[in-house]
Amino acid sequence: MKAFLMFKDQDFDLKGKMPWNEQALTQDLELNTLFGAMALGDEFLLEVAKKAVLSGLNNDLTTILYRQNILKDCLKNPSVVRDIYDIAMEAIGSEKKAYFFTYFSKYPGAILSRSIEVLQMFVGMLKKLRNIADEHADKFESEGFMPFFAMLRRELGEEYFSSIQNHLRELKFRDGVLISAELGKGNKGINYILRKSQDKKQSWIERIFAKKPPVYTFNLHPRDENGARALSELRDRGINLVANALAQSTDHILSFFSMLRTELAFYVGCLNLHEQLAQMKEPMSFPLPVASTERRHSFTDLYDVCLALTMKQKIVGNDVNADNKDLVIITGANQGGKSTFLRSIGLSQLMMQCGMFAPAQSFSSNVCDGLFTHYKREEDTTMKSGKLDEELSRMSDIVDKITSNSMVLFNESFAATNEREGSEIARQIVSALLENRLKVFFVTHLYKFAHGFCDKKMENGAIFLRAERQTDGGRTFKLIEGEPLQTSYGEDLYKRIFGTDD
Amino acid sequence: MSFHSILFEGTEDSITKETLEAPIFFIDLNLDQIIDAITAGKQEYNLKPFFYTPLNDVDAVKYRHEIFRDLENKKMFEDIKSFSQKMRTMREHLAKADKLYYKYQKERWFLETIEIYCDAVNCLVHDLSLADLKSRGFMAFCEYLTDYSNSERFRSLLAETKKLFDDLSSVKYCMLIKDGSIKVRKYESEIDYSATVEETFEKFKHGAVKDYRVQFFGGPADMNHVEAAVLDLVAKLYPDIFLYLDNYCVKNSSYLDETIGFFDREIEFYVAYLEFTAIFKRGGLQFCYPQIVSKSKEVYDCEGFDLALAYKLEKSSVVCNDFYLKDKERIFVVSGPNQGGKTTFARAFGQLHYLASVGCPVPGREAQLFLFDRLFTHFEKEEDMKNLRGKLQDDLVRIQSILNQATSNSIIIMNEIFTSTTLQDDIFLSKKLMEKIIELDLLCVWVTFIDELASFGEETVSMVSTAVPENPALRTYKILRKPADGLAYAIAIAEKYRLTYDSLKERIKS
Repeated sequence: MKAFLMFKDQDFDLKGKMPWNEQALTQDLELNTLFGAMALGDEFLLEVAKKAVLSGLNNDLTTILYRQNILKDCLKNPSVVRDIYDIAMEAIGSEKKAYFFTYFSKYPGAILSRSIEVLQMFVGMLKKLRNIADEHADKFESEGFMPFFAMLRRELGEEYFSSIQNHLRELKFRDGVLISAELGKGNKGINYILRKSQDKKQSWIERIFAKKPPVYTFNLHPRDENGARALSELRDRGINLVANALAQSTDHILSFFSMLRTELAFYVGCLNLHEQLAQMKEPMSFPLPVASTERRHSFTDLYDVCLALTMKQKIVGNDVNADNKDLVIITGANQGGKSTFLRSIGLSQLMMQCGMFAPAQSFSSNVCDGLFTHYKREEDTTMKSGKLDEELSRMSDIVDKITSNSMVLFNESFAATNEREGSEIARQIVSALLENRLKVFFVTHLYKFAHGFCDKKMENGAIFLRAERQTDGGRTFKLIEGEPLQTSYGEDLYKRIFGTDD
Repeated sequence: MSFHSILFEGTEDSITKETLEAPIFFIDLNLDQIIDAITAGKQEYNLKPFFYTPLNDVDAVKYRHEIFRDLENKKMFEDIKSFSQKMRTMREHLAKADKLYYKYQKERWFLETIEIYCDAVNCLVHDLSLADLKSRGFMAFCEYLTDYSNSERFRSLLAETKKLFDDLSSVKYCMLIKDGSIKVRKYESEIDYSATVEETFEKFKHGAVKDYRVQFFGGPADMNHVEAAVLDLVAKLYPDIFLYLDNYCVKNSSYLDETIGFFDREIEFYVAYLEFTAIFKRGGLQFCYPQIVSKSKEVYDCEGFDLALAYKLEKSSVVCNDFYLKDKERIFVVSGPNQGGKTTFARAFGQLHYLASVGCPVPGREAQLFLFDRLFTHFEKEEDMKNLRGKLQDDLVRIQSILNQATSNSIIIMNEIFTSTTLQDDIFLSKKLMEKIIELDLLCVWVTFIDELASFGEETVSMVSTAVPENPALRTYKILRKPADGLAYAIAIAEKYRLTYDSLKERIKS
């Protein structure tokens, strides 16, 4: 029995490999804000959110759509989904209590009785699940939830529950333990196997005339303590396998609940996020992903979800159509919303690829095989020369891992040297990336570099966005399409901070 | 030809009385270390007496060489090892059986002991029949063993053992454990309940989970009184089988063939030595079967080395040396810088001859060695330095005693004797001693710093230890056959201190 709520045909692996640049992505895109909003303080939700979002880069189109549909069901039935999640939590929690004392037990007898206890509890939880399935299954229509409920109803029938109960009763051995054995080395008993007499229905005549095979009895002296220990060890040898089978079964059922909990945790996280954004009246929509070989990036009212969560209010979004473009260069005024925009590109891509809704009125893009960020790092400002080293070394690490159809987000990279050199480095790097079918978003003040791509004829062209400056020097935080201008608006900033001279 | 022993072809050569005392020169030559290393972990075979007893017949040495050569075949060696391992297991099994208390447990252990023995014999017969045996020793043994394995005595032992095993493995019983009692009866095809339970939960099965099976301690030798009581009841369920077992044990109390028992011990002499040499062969050192001569005294060895030193150095490499004596040459006079490998050379010479005398392959690529009747050593002992006059006297007394015992077939190895007196005395005594040695026609290695001895006569050969010219502090441990002038070494040191003629001329100028 498997939940299959994250993938159609495989489990969601919480221990799976995270992208190599997990840390850089988390830092540059401020992912912790996003994870925090999904988790709402719950550690487990946090862990799953991280894993699901960051490992989303490996998902294919089918998986993305599979999850989108499940998430739609969740948004329609949030309380049912949360109920199932709570049942899984409760099962796991109760098991943990019983677990603690006997995990390392050396005695099959103890392992067996603990397993019986846990299984009794699990049976109760499975019954609850089954009841939910009976009551609510018809409200779910996704390709993921329908077979899940069908499975619960098929596998967890009354008859099945009563056969489990019979076994659990039988395993208390009220009539003694029947064990078969053979003689091994040194004539010591081996192959101890727990047996159950076949309940042969015999007539009383058959019983009387049946040949009685010889039976010999050994009785332990009541004060023979060593003997009592030996006897119970013999008994333990007999029930060793069944204790193992039962304990492993509890583990398997536990792992069913764990998997159910883990997979639902992602959707619970999405529900949490959805509720918060809805409260701010931010738009959300299910994005349209296209194949990684295509070039698509078009959206309306795309906003930086992390900024919205931090500001706790609706923020300005951007509309861009960069379909069939390999390169997006963003220039313009400082504090004009360039970084925010770049972050919203990275965030929306991650959210789409893990199967979530996008923070936009509408959103469509090609999936990318990898997402890389190369941001100017603030910490090393004092060491000018060392800083370029550091930047280039990070770039080199990225190049080690990069593949075609990946996406790279540059934020003011290679500005640690003078403009001419910085431009030349950036030009060489970006040109090489484009030729290898990578998609590049580049926020930059390097005019020479940015302008250079205006004149260049490319198969898939570049698009230029500019942080808009209004005539009074105020910002709209909205980007418009426009070629780079030679000056940035540092002057404005200066004025605002120092005041005007006159 | 009937088989007698894998160590000696005929009864006349056998060791009449095994000695546990090492020959007196063992310590001087570090042979004690070598033999200790060879026999380590094989104490149960008591191999040292074999290594303490040199052979005095060239053919007896050849008899062993042939066996060594057969064993150099890898397959053959493994076969013998496997036989030894089985015999060892058998002995351990028997020893345990003797200590056991419960009757049916004890009897089963004895049965298993015999099974191991039968298996060891059968495997060896099979392996030897396939082997391409060349040695007289193995061929005779193989014939003996084949006859034994076809004998009525062994055949019936084998058959009875097998029958008992089959019968015992057919025993299958059930225990009903309830409160303080166990009811025992034969098994009546009751179902495996663990499997049924497992089936019920099959649908949840998912990946690998922890194994909850408890490991019960205690091997087949441990049996508590409850198990023993159950075993007694099982014996009552199957009375015929257990009666047969009782009789079998009484009948076969002395099952082991004496000759095979001896073989098992004696073959270990070869195995132990080959295992020891394998350590060095892996490191690139060579061993060879020396030509053994008893008339001629022309001896030589190419790329020989001190086996005790090689063993001590482990991974780091030991230096190999060549030597030869031809025509009238009898005596190596070894001189040169201290710590240059002189003593090592002398020891290696002694080791080579001794190891050859017990029939073993020796360090080196190619060798011809002399089968001596007696081997004498005289090594300086540091602790004796306190009493100078006493020591010189002791030296002379010892030398005299050696010369009295020595024959023209003896070997003498001396390391820096007479150092306790003046140089003049030393030279005088040494020359006297040299005359005696030449007169006796002894093979001799003599480590000394007296150059004059090196060119004493046509019987003496000068060997010199050497250093690296550029860095005299670095020894090569090479011992070369060349005149004992000692100059190269002195000049090298002089250069190092800028005290050569040229250096001094320059320095004095200013």
